Amino acid sequence: MSAGTPETPLVTNVEHLLRDLAPQVLAAVARRYEDFAAAEDAVQEALIAAAAQWNSDGIPANPRGWLYHVALRRLTDHLRSELARRRREEAVASELIAEWAFVPPSDVEVPANSDDTLALLFMCCHPALTPVSAIALTLRAVGGLTTAQIANALLVPEATMAQRISRAKQSIKSSGIAFSLPTESERSERLSAVLQVLYLIFNEGYASSIGSDLHRADLSNEAIRLTRMLRELLPAEPEVSGLLALMLLTDARRAARADADGALIPLDEQDRSLWNRDLIAEGAALLSRTLSSDSVGPYQVQAAIAALHDEASSVQDTDWPQIRALYGVLRGISDNPMVALNQAVAAAMVEGPAAGLEQLAALDGDARIAGHYRLDAVRGHLFELAGNRERAVAHFRAAAERTANMAERNYLLTKAARVAAEGR
Amino acid sequence: MKFMLMMHAPRGTGEYGVNAWSPDDFKAHIAFMQKLNRDLTSAGELVGAEGLASPGEAKIVRSGKNGQPAVSDGPFAESKEFLAGYWIVEVDRPERAYQIAARASSAPGPGGTPLVIPIEVRQVMSAPPPADA
Repeated sequence: MSAGTPETPLVTNVEHLLRDLAPQVLAAVARRYEDFAAAEDAVQEALIAAAAQWNSDGIPANPRGWLYHVALRRLTDHLRSELARRRREEAVASELIAEWAFVPPSDVEVPANSDDTLALLFMCCHPALTPVSAIALTLRAVGGLTTAQIANALLVPEATMAQRISRAKQSIKSSGIAFSLPTESERSERLSAVLQVLYLIFNEGYASSIGSDLHRADLSNEAIRLTRMLRELLPAEPEVSGLLALMLLTDARRAARADADGALIPLDEQDRSLWNRDLIAEGAALLSRTLSSDSVGPYQVQAAIAALHDEASSVQDTDWPQIRALYGVLRGISDNPMVALNQAVAAAMVEGPAAGLEQLAALDGDARIAGHYRLDAVRGHLFELAGNRERAVAHFRAAAERTANMAERNYLLTKAARVAAEGR
Repeated sequence: MKFMLMMHAPRGTGEYGVNAWSPDDFKAHIAFMQKLNRDLTSAGELVGAEGLASPGEAKIVRSGKNGQPAVSDGPFAESKEFLAGYWIVEVDRPERAYQIAARASSAPGPGGTPLVIPIEVRQVMSAPPPADA
């Protein structure tokens, strides 16, 4: 795939349709044939065949039935060759073949069962899987992306990604993870695992969607698409809506986050006229409908903070007291030092840099964040605000030394150079 | 044929003393490297390129007792240079790899003066032919 310009559509209509149908067809096949790993492989083959054939011959009248038919035919072939290797079990084999010889025609009606798609998502995001496995499996089984596309998006070789996916499927088998909806008692824990995987996919794309890396930007779109789908399936879950709102309100700033050379532009220096007003309006509307519900979860609070930034005309006009209060709410939900870091920034914006620096002092004793480059980066900004250039430069440089993100390192070094030059 | 182009930076001055550069010099340097990578990509020559994090956090690891990792600070304190990043390019002949290396070497430093960074060029070995071929 060539790098292309931003105007080049990265996915065609056929691909959009295939991605929508992928989880529905896989769920139907997996229902019929208990081996999830084999069912998943068969559906992937059907998707690849469809991508090639539909682009040249046009989309069939019943695309879902076509995919179901082709996937079952692949599965039957697979089963036959499996059984051929085990001739001794002749009797069992012929019985199974008899049952499997029937592959419904390609115009069969395959109902789109929304509970099945949901069960699939819960399975792929099971907490027993490592995050990297869950991300890869979700993108393939639920997102309908090919292994090559996922490898490309996550910057690993295709063979590595194929292995990662197959190991994820093995873990599903060995952990006895069922293809079913979670029980009422485990539901909230399982749902938060799903939301976390979707958010990781979004961030994977967002954090690196600067410069010419269009493939990665596509991951954010994929995360938004999957979260929209989840919201249609679970319209009454406030945190699902909260996560979708958070993604939309964050993604709205994408065009303003980097300059033409791909250099990172921080929030306070962004050209706010480049922010996507449609996404902001959609995210804010979604959020205001959600916040009226009883339980307020971490995604809704983060979305509320993003909305306050998005709706402000400048850094000075931002409702910092409200943002500080919301970080306080977030800290009440979970004790996360990164939240404390952001709260210190908000405190500095309300009361001045000294108040922010004082809050940061407490974090030096927290092993989870002491020595983290972001602590130095924030200190750099606050010392700059306080007019202490020397210490600002020292902290920006220390942060640049430790970050593992190239764009961030370049930003921090440029920042250090700029502040140092102002002092000369 | 594939070549690995390794960019070494002098130790002690923090990558050619970037800390002392002006913001514009630093931006020009980054833009130069990004343009190089874009050109290599569109020419179909780039296999991979990565910049490495600063050597301050680097560790040297050996197999210790019972195969447990024995970790010490590294790289060796006496080394004068460290690997700052690398490219892997696929080219028809070595001369093309040398050309690319020379371009990378000419990346601008303070005042736009080329840094003349030493680039180590090593051929990447191809896989051996299958045993039953």
